[in-house]
Amino acid sequence: MPAGTLYRGREGMWSWVAHRVTGVLIFFFLFVHVLDTALVRVSPEDYDKVVATYKTPIVSLLEYGLVAAILFHALNGLRIIAVDYWTKGPRYQKQMLWTVLGLWVLLMVGAIYPVLGHAARVLFGS
Amino acid sequence: MSTDTSPVDAVELTGSSVTYGPDNPAPVIEPPRARTKRTPRATRTNFELYGWLFMRLSGVVLVVLVLGHLLIQLVLDGGVTKVGFAFVAGRWASPFWQGWDLVMLWLAMLHGGNGLRTVINDYAEQANTRFWLKTLLFTAVAFTIVLGSLVIFTFDPNIR
Repeated sequence: MPAGTLYRGREGMWSWVAHRVTGVLIFFFLFVHVLDTALVRVSPEDYDKVVATYKTPIVSLLEYGLVAAILFHALNGLRIIAVDYWTKGPRYQKQMLWTVLGLWVLLMVGAIYPVLGHAARVLFGS
Repeated sequence: MSTDTSPVDAVELTGSSVTYGPDNPAPVIEPPRARTKRTPRATRTNFELYGWLFMRLSGVVLVVLVLGHLLIQLVLDGGVTKVGFAFVAGRWASPFWQGWDLVMLWLAMLHGGNGLRTVINDYAEQANTRFWLKTLLFTAVAFTIVLGSLVIFTFDPNIR
């Protein structure tokens, strides 16, 4: 680890770390996602073959992780904008982070059935 | 002066500058980054400011575009099970969704590319490493944007 990587170890620092990690993960997913979508220019069969793997339980779990990363990055990104532009933003940055995490948990619970429901039906039958 | 005075106290911190005047000028301190004849006239641009602003503006738009995309692809109407060539063809028959995906592609790649540029600048300590990582990044971003745009614009539902 480069020297000075650990800053203060509180909400401000860890939200910054999580924003970076989720951002990098999303970037690499996006790169692959554009490549797989480009298969529609090759043939419908090839595209459907790759998309079929996206419907397997393991990849569904990865999709749930992707949703988790995107939702955190989106909500925390709005918090960063509020810190930058709202005059009281810096004062309430901690409260806003806990609001972000609360909303994130709520949305992640809501995403369980739509994103993982199909995987559960494959694994346990319906 | 007593002998138990600390070394800091022994140093004359004030008063010395008082003696400087027209007849006794203070020594000239060179600016840390003196401009020379070889210094380009404009050494600074506002690139980083516009980059910072772009991250915020594109971020707000991407929240809507990406969360809408996730809702359509992974939640509504059977979630991921409905996705396939026919589903893509159905959506890209509409210029609205073509435009949605095109704007999302460009903004997301530029937003992510600028984010990774920041990460590279922060963690790659050698100038050479930074240069090559950013060259690779730039190539990947340009390739992805061009490929994705071509796919959206040249999509053919009757390819087979």
